[in-house]
Amino acid sequence: MKKRTQKGNFHQILAPILFLLPNLLIFGLFIIIPAFQGLRLSFMKWGVFTPKQFVGLDNFKNLLSDEVFWITFKNTIVYSISTVICLLISSLVLALLLSRNKIKGEKAFRATFYIPALISLIAVGIAWRFILGDEMGIINYVLREMNFNPVSWLTNGTMAMLSVIIVTVWAQSGYYMIMFIAGLQAIPIELYEAAKIDGASAFASFKRITIPMLKSTILVVLVLATIQSFKAYELIVTMTKGGPGYATKFVVQQVYQVAFIEDRFGYASSMSMVLMIVIAIFTLIQFKATGKEESYE
Amino acid sequence: MNNKQSKFLVIQHIIVFLLAIFCLFPVIWVLLSSFKPQSELFKIPMTFFPKNWSFSNYVAALSYGSFTRYFSNTLFVAVVATVITVLINIMSGYALAKYIFPGRNLIFTIMIGTLMIPLQVIMIPIFLQLKRFGMLNSLWGIIIPPAATPTGIFLARQYMVNLPNSMIESARIDGAKEFFIFTNIIIPLSKPIIATIAIFSFMWRWNDYLWPLIVITDNDKQTLQQALANFVGQLQINWSSLLAMTTISIIPVIVVFLIFQKYFMSGITTGAVKG
Repeated sequence: MKKRTQKGNFHQILAPILFLLPNLLIFGLFIIIPAFQGLRLSFMKWGVFTPKQFVGLDNFKNLLSDEVFWITFKNTIVYSISTVICLLISSLVLALLLSRNKIKGEKAFRATFYIPALISLIAVGIAWRFILGDEMGIINYVLREMNFNPVSWLTNGTMAMLSVIIVTVWAQSGYYMIMFIAGLQAIPIELYEAAKIDGASAFASFKRITIPMLKSTILVVLVLATIQSFKAYELIVTMTKGGPGYATKFVVQQVYQVAFIEDRFGYASSMSMVLMIVIAIFTLIQFKATGKEESYE
Repeated sequence: MNNKQSKFLVIQHIIVFLLAIFCLFPVIWVLLSSFKPQSELFKIPMTFFPKNWSFSNYVAALSYGSFTRYFSNTLFVAVVATVITVLINIMSGYALAKYIFPGRNLIFTIMIGTLMIPLQVIMIPIFLQLKRFGMLNSLWGIIIPPAATPTGIFLARQYMVNLPNSMIESARIDGAKEFFIFTNIIIPLSKPIIATIAIFSFMWRWNDYLWPLIVITDNDKQTLQQALANFVGQLQINWSSLLAMTTISIIPVIVVFLIFQKYFMSGITTGAVKG
């Protein structure tokens, strides 16, 4: 390859730069510069109607004693860890069920499980709010008909968090299932056959063949699901509005409120910075834990 | 196959079937309920199917405020944004796959790395940046900034790496210009990945809520997802109309999915196996 590139060929250097230009411009103007602006803003006191003022670490000091922020922070972590673990298990189980040509109508089932992933989270929240309603929801109606006590799915703090987690798993499992199916199908079948001849149990070959061979898929799913979980906002908007109280309020919603409703851009930026750092830490931990370097090549 | 194995297989079928019901029930329940007249929606005893099929909710939804406006705004954003996204992302993918130039790997790493800086953590500076460029309250403010997508570039590059170099080389020897090679050789060869990126882009734009929320404040420039969220925000939710609106908002993506299913699957798996 190297030999064929004519050194000093103007077009060979200029052409790719021109092809990359629109993307580079957009990334620069709307991601990279804003990321640095965000960092700078987090050391400032500023809003649309308040003059810009450098305040050093004041925003971060105030954050430490900001009770509401820490509630939303804790909620986000609880939500993130629970959804990532549940999603990992649920999508892997679905993939295991639907990747070995054993279930009749395998393809149709795959499509079925993918359907929730197509629907906007706004609509998902609406649908489940309709289903989980205390008085008029179908689930509580069925429970009452069967002489069980109705459950306060969205009006009790703990239940509301649980509902939001379950709905997230409902909405996203299908997406990661497709990834795992691809990962499973890439494992050479001979490995399982050899293990069978050696008398390995199904569980042993799952532990010693499937899991190690799936390592890179597991990593991708973990990273994507984690980033996704920290971004959670839409579902909350229509399903619980962050309530009851602060029970399902996450950092993104708090940032939005402090910035655009309370007009405290600087302070909200310092919250965003904390969120960005947490995303980076979680992603790094996962890369380390699965013992694999980033490899897009 | 022995008895124990076949029993296990039956159990697996039952599990898959029950999970499929859990998966589809909410969608079907919303769909069926949207055809129940208002008087029937919360009437006890509840019935699964509407007793009187009624389109009145849809009539009400379509005549509600600017609903048709929201629909056409969303369609405009989704279609125009998809065209731009596909074009600039395959251009980048091509540059990263088929040219050797200083800083190539660095650029690729930075582009993929932007995945770790989602809109959610830079909402405020993005808002200020859009304000500076006069893009607030304009549909172009929703269309342009998210058009460069790391996943689109990644998919395009992975696909194009495997295109034969020989065709590009011989076109060059024949004196073809670089841009001509891109439009007349690379684009026709890349149809599958173009379809994949287009479909994901369309779906994502159709469903997006946060970008429009930050960019748009004028009522008549809002998108469907914003309208749905506003409708839920009201103190008294009119569920009948809301369910009809929700159904209307879901249908386009489901239709696109059913037509282009195989591109969906290949789009997701490219990232998963290569890792």
